[in-house]
Amino acid sequence: MSQNNSQSDSIQNPRVTWEGCSVLLDINDGDRLVFARLSAGSTLKIGNKTYSLQPLIGCPFGSLFQVENGDQRHCLARFVPTVEGNNIQEKGDFESQDEIKDNRALVDNNKAQSLTGEEINAMRSQGATGDEIVEALIANSATFEKKTLFSQEKYRLKKQKKYAPKVLLRRPFARSICEAYFKKYPARIGFLRVDALSLLLSMANVTANSDVLVVDMVGGLLTGAVAERLGGTGYVCSTYLGSTPYSIDIVRIFNLSNEICKRIVRSPLTDLSLSQNRTSEQIHQQGDDINMECLSNNQMSSSVGMEEITPTENEKSDLISETTVSPVNKTGKSTKAGNKASKQAIDLWKENGFSSLIIAAPELDLWSLLKDLLPLLANSAPFAIYHQYLQPLATCMHNLQLGKMAIGLQISEPWLREYQVLPSRTHPCMQMSAFGGYILSGIKICSSN
Amino acid sequence: MLPIDPTKKISFTRHICDGDLVIVYERHDNMKAIKVCQGSVLQNRFGVFKHSDWIGKPFGSKVFSNKNGFVYLLAPTPELWTLVLSHRTQILYIADISFVIMYLELVPGCMVLESGTGSGSLTTSLARAVAPTGHVYTFDFHEQRAASAREDFEKTGLSSLVTVGVRDIQGEGFPDEFSGLADSIFLDLPQPWLAIPSAGKMLKPDGVLCSFSPCIEQVQRACDSLRSNFMDIKTFEILLRTYEVRGVKMDCSQGDEAKPGSILPCKRPQRAIEGGNEQVKLSSQTVMVRPCSEAKGHTGYLTFARLKCLS
Repeated sequence: MSQNNSQSDSIQNPRVTWEGCSVLLDINDGDRLVFARLSAGSTLKIGNKTYSLQPLIGCPFGSLFQVENGDQRHCLARFVPTVEGNNIQEKGDFESQDEIKDNRALVDNNKAQSLTGEEINAMRSQGATGDEIVEALIANSATFEKKTLFSQEKYRLKKQKKYAPKVLLRRPFARSICEAYFKKYPARIGFLRVDALSLLLSMANVTANSDVLVVDMVGGLLTGAVAERLGGTGYVCSTYLGSTPYSIDIVRIFNLSNEICKRIVRSPLTDLSLSQNRTSEQIHQQGDDINMECLSNNQMSSSVGMEEITPTENEKSDLISETTVSPVNKTGKSTKAGNKASKQAIDLWKENGFSSLIIAAPELDLWSLLKDLLPLLANSAPFAIYHQYLQPLATCMHNLQLGKMAIGLQISEPWLREYQVLPSRTHPCMQMSAFGGYILSGIKICSSN
Repeated sequence: MLPIDPTKKISFTRHICDGDLVIVYERHDNMKAIKVCQGSVLQNRFGVFKHSDWIGKPFGSKVFSNKNGFVYLLAPTPELWTLVLSHRTQILYIADISFVIMYLELVPGCMVLESGTGSGSLTTSLARAVAPTGHVYTFDFHEQRAASAREDFEKTGLSSLVTVGVRDIQGEGFPDEFSGLADSIFLDLPQPWLAIPSAGKMLKPDGVLCSFSPCIEQVQRACDSLRSNFMDIKTFEILLRTYEVRGVKMDCSQGDEAKPGSILPCKRPQRAIEGGNEQVKLSSQTVMVRPCSEAKGHTGYLTFARLKCLS
């Protein structure tokens, strides 16, 4: 059962999966995140078993799946969670008994569990569900009853994760893609945390019908996020120094419709510059020196010489290749994102200017880049520059002030903290990200005075 | 404010017209929104500015008063609007706003419900996110505030995207006509748990809800009521730390008391460009940066949750 492509064109954010769509699989409540493309042949490995992803096609995003053990095969089956609340709340009456319990007598010597590994495997092959195994483990634990209610809940959850893993089917969106990469491969996205990304989009006033200029050296995460917010109108032009575009592979994970993909274009800076009327081929020689420098620093350039990103190519990102993916359905209907910007578009931008600018370029010299890009921005247009290091942003801010090129300048560092909120157990999470980057924001002013 | 009308786009070719809304920038912490009117003037500490001088100039221009003082005229954006709007209630600022928009997964075409409207700070950004084909239905139980919000949306050109209703969401829930149609819901209420059951009915499956509460007790009660029908419940706090930048002369000949070889700060540190009469020194300097001494300690907790898929 596959959703036809015309539906994905007309609906901005389809809520049901279709054959060939990109998904984010959340295994065990965030413990493991895997991007995958759904097709008849794609699979997912959990533990030491491989499961087909076909049952996931045609299901709503947000569906939960659990592992089913049969004597013949293992598969993922959809299950609908109960509406009831947390068991702990219902046991409120027992709280007074609980206050007496503590862990002074509990010794962690690995001898509490009397059920052996072989017995568990035997249960599995007899078709016992994961939940049944968990109950058996609890029944055979000598120390379970002595634990506090919270401790018991923690124990149960831990066993469930191992013996009854759950897979949550999630929509790839700027938020989930950024969080997944930040957790697993932060270097690929320049350590751009989700709150920093959200600030960039707001500070640069990204909205429908705007023409946003970006310098995206964070794998395409920024370009994809901007495109999502443009919703098929305006343009996001990803520009680059030299003649080789930076890789924007991550855009493919976004499930962007054809309309939106058409709005993602690329253009070398030399083509966009107001003073230049020659094409990029003629400037090729001059651009080469800068280009070489960029290539040696740019860890993202797996696509040297590539002009277009197509969904039919082999997945280059490790994150995606965790699942074995059969060749994607080559209907030819999918539009390429990242085409070269047309001459009409470039002329229009030279005439009107871009409505905002976002830079996320860890490797480049910010000030010289900014000097070249600022003239391309329309008057009163906002800009936002992301960087991992403070000093280059400080230098830029200082120079902008001296040169009277912008106002409303501010360097911000976002601070984000997550909380665990549970009855009698509310506190900030033990783990925290200490750093999500710095942002320099401002508004370009008219220099014709 | 939003480029729904292509002629209103921020561009080189767009000039200030009679009737436009501009943001008058005096200082980084002193701005106001003004509607340009042919015969009007603006009077401030820098002098008298005639609106007629502004008409025809590009946005982002520096304009002068009769005393040769100056200000900048900027095109309005939701960020600038948040800094200039009149506070009828406590408002949300850019750090919370941008995170909420991202986490609610709002894109053009989405339909979002909000309560309470308050001063419309977040509402403006919600409208930007769902424009041009989406819609924001926002509710406040205070009739006067709802009316003021409606006026503001008229002023900023957002009326086609935002519908303000007067309704007590805690007491009555959201209107039934929206059942199953909302992509996202935002709650900024004193007792959000009273509105959560209704919110659950309004949302599409896997739709996202956000509840903003200043106090942790409110968060705990809200999370308790979320657990039955929602999943992926997360609570965050987000704050912004800002930095100040200063240019420092590497010059040793500043004063008698100076020890040779020491670094002395410029007598007038280069701050952000202000309206007024400022001289600029284009000397070679070392740039030093440090965090600002003042910061917001807390605004509120943001709790997000997704509606379970039960079909």
